[in-house]
Amino acid sequence: MENQPTPSPTELRTEEFVVNIGPQHPATHGVLRIEATLDGETVKNILPHLGYIHRGIEKMTESMPYKQSIYLTSRMDYLSAHINNHACSLAIENALGIEIPARAKAIRIIMDELQRLTSHELWWGSCAMDIGAVTPFFLGFRDRERILEIFEANTGNRLTMHYIVPGGVMRDVLPTFVSDVKELLKKIKGYRHEYDQLITGNFIFQHRTQGIGYLSKEQAISLACSGPVARASGVSCDVRKHYPYDGYEKLDFKEVIDYGCDNWARYLVHMEEMTQSIHIIEQLLDNFPTGDFRTKIKGIIKLPEGEYYQRVETARGELGVYIVADGSNKPYRMKFRTPSFSNLGAVKPTTVGLKIADLMANMSTIDLVVPDIDR
Amino acid sequence: MISMIEFTDITAWIHSLLLSVLTPTWTYIVELALSGVTALVVLLVCVIIMVYMERKVAGFMQLRWGPNRVGPYGIFQVIADVIKLLLKESFSPNRADKVMFNIAPALALCVSLMALAPISWAPGLTMWDTNIGILFITAISSMGVIGILMAGWSSNNKYSLIGAMRSGAQIVSYELSAGLSIITAVALAGTLSTNGIIQSQADGWWILKGQIPAIIAFLIYVIASTAECNRAPFDLAEAESELTAGYHTEYAGMQFGIFYLNEYINMAIVSIIASTLFLGGWMPFHLPFDYPVVQTFNHIMDFIPTWMWFFGKMFLIIFFMMWFRWTFPRLRIDQLLKLEWKYLLPISIVNLLFAAVIIVLHWHL
Repeated sequence: MENQPTPSPTELRTEEFVVNIGPQHPATHGVLRIEATLDGETVKNILPHLGYIHRGIEKMTESMPYKQSIYLTSRMDYLSAHINNHACSLAIENALGIEIPARAKAIRIIMDELQRLTSHELWWGSCAMDIGAVTPFFLGFRDRERILEIFEANTGNRLTMHYIVPGGVMRDVLPTFVSDVKELLKKIKGYRHEYDQLITGNFIFQHRTQGIGYLSKEQAISLACSGPVARASGVSCDVRKHYPYDGYEKLDFKEVIDYGCDNWARYLVHMEEMTQSIHIIEQLLDNFPTGDFRTKIKGIIKLPEGEYYQRVETARGELGVYIVADGSNKPYRMKFRTPSFSNLGAVKPTTVGLKIADLMANMSTIDLVVPDIDR
Repeated sequence: MISMIEFTDITAWIHSLLLSVLTPTWTYIVELALSGVTALVVLLVCVIIMVYMERKVAGFMQLRWGPNRVGPYGIFQVIADVIKLLLKESFSPNRADKVMFNIAPALALCVSLMALAPISWAPGLTMWDTNIGILFITAISSMGVIGILMAGWSSNNKYSLIGAMRSGAQIVSYELSAGLSIITAVALAGTLSTNGIIQSQADGWWILKGQIPAIIAFLIYVIASTAECNRAPFDLAEAESELTAGYHTEYAGMQFGIFYLNEYINMAIVSIIASTLFLGGWMPFHLPFDYPVVQTFNHIMDFIPTWMWFFGKMFLIIFFMMWFRWTFPRLRIDQLLKLEWKYLLPISIVNLLFAAVIIVLHWHL
């Protein structure tokens, strides 16, 4: 005490303090722990801690045949299970040099885009909830439920489908698939005005997001952001456009890019991507191909020795699957480049200097899925 | 007028009954206790209805049923909840300030209940019919922040502390514009007594008679009182997605239950005050014109009993507050303070001046 100078009465001594946000916290949507240094309400620094849901998926794949390791990819980004399976299957198909039937390609893309819709609908609800509105969460779940019903009817599962397999899809879709999806899309389009009335046009929501969470184009590129986060900062990075797979090159859709760089831009990109997904599905439904749903491949897949890489666009950004094969039926090493992990880096530059409430808003628009960060 | 049993008859009957068996001093004491217990019971029944109503309103807005398992239409859900809270252990965290921690909920509840004293429930039914009723309520309601600050600070939890500090800033700020809109109504009525204010609306409610200033003051009061109750979109003190549960993060069992109860009691009180000031409290809907048709209309309105008017208006305002909660996203702390200091407070001051001009020139009806 003697060494410290006595503070003058006019000058209050203040100090920063550290708050642990997570691993159990309503806004982290999973077990992410964020160590936030706060000065009153202002966030001074952010330090994310990972590892609370690390399951060692990459290591587990090394002891599993290729077909089985696809199961694990569903558990990474559980909101893009189809798309993760798709990435892994594509990598194996490319390594084996298999061409898959047109019907399988169409089913895969429809499932991918439906999956993107479910993910974005859930994102819409949880984003609004992080900003403080509870009702949108229920509306988002209502619409997501309709799509999950289609998944359940056709694939037998709702969350971790494991429907897309090397060579095509696990089984053929129901005969009523096309009419079901058409009806579903009509419903979802009808619901869109509710989204706009409740949240997009809301004065408070706009003020909470506009100009908040600025992520410049340079930062987005240097942090390797992808998906809606990067596209809202003006980076053209849609894998479906740049490295098309399974027939995306034949489809007419826009890569949604916004130059706003803030939470509002990220919100708009998500919303517009939903419209584009519906547009993609409609094109495929109009002339849904007939024929086989899968090419015959051997029961035990053995990839020739070498390195294979495949990237796809999940609901969150670019997912890369990197396989080092040693000629056996198991991969020597399998590495996943997951979008949420890279996008997590964007939380700090967007948030430092803003308020605690903005930290939650930024985390929600950056759309983190924690099992995707940790794997 | 038809003859109905008025509340004044009942109170007069009880008074004479007590006087016949007790001395005047004891009569006074017993009457005091009786009126307090009655008000408390009425309020608790209101709270039970409000909690049920909140869940049903939320369910209606969120495409779900709300409670529908306990009893018919789930009406006993609240009772089941209270039993659950009573059976839970109330514990205090390891390094909390135990005394403060345990006093805080009780203090918050006491402060809210004190504001009940000058409220006029029905003609002649006021616990403490004082000539400074509204002033007393204003003074008491600004003390509500003490309980919240004590709870947040003594919990030894950073979330609680942030929540309590937010709540302090918020309640102290919004007190100003709420007070100014109360003054607008008081200036129109020319009295601070709750009974006097309601009597002054016998020929029409102030929201109709007071022209534009009364409408603006009413809207500002509803916004400011929503903020004072820490209700969404101003629920920054709780801010579930940011601070888990804000100032009552560490409370469990009935101690949490008391904070929960306190929120609803506060809501009830601010709606009663809003209806007293602007919507005539228990006064039936009258139009301030002299035509025979209007007179007939006013007479027909008198047939609806006063307690229906009182609780009808109260629950209407409460419904609006619930509607806000389930529709709007939450404001940020700086936006919250900006709204108060840059918009509501200047508007209230100008509105008060405007009202004063109208009163001086006798432009109000």
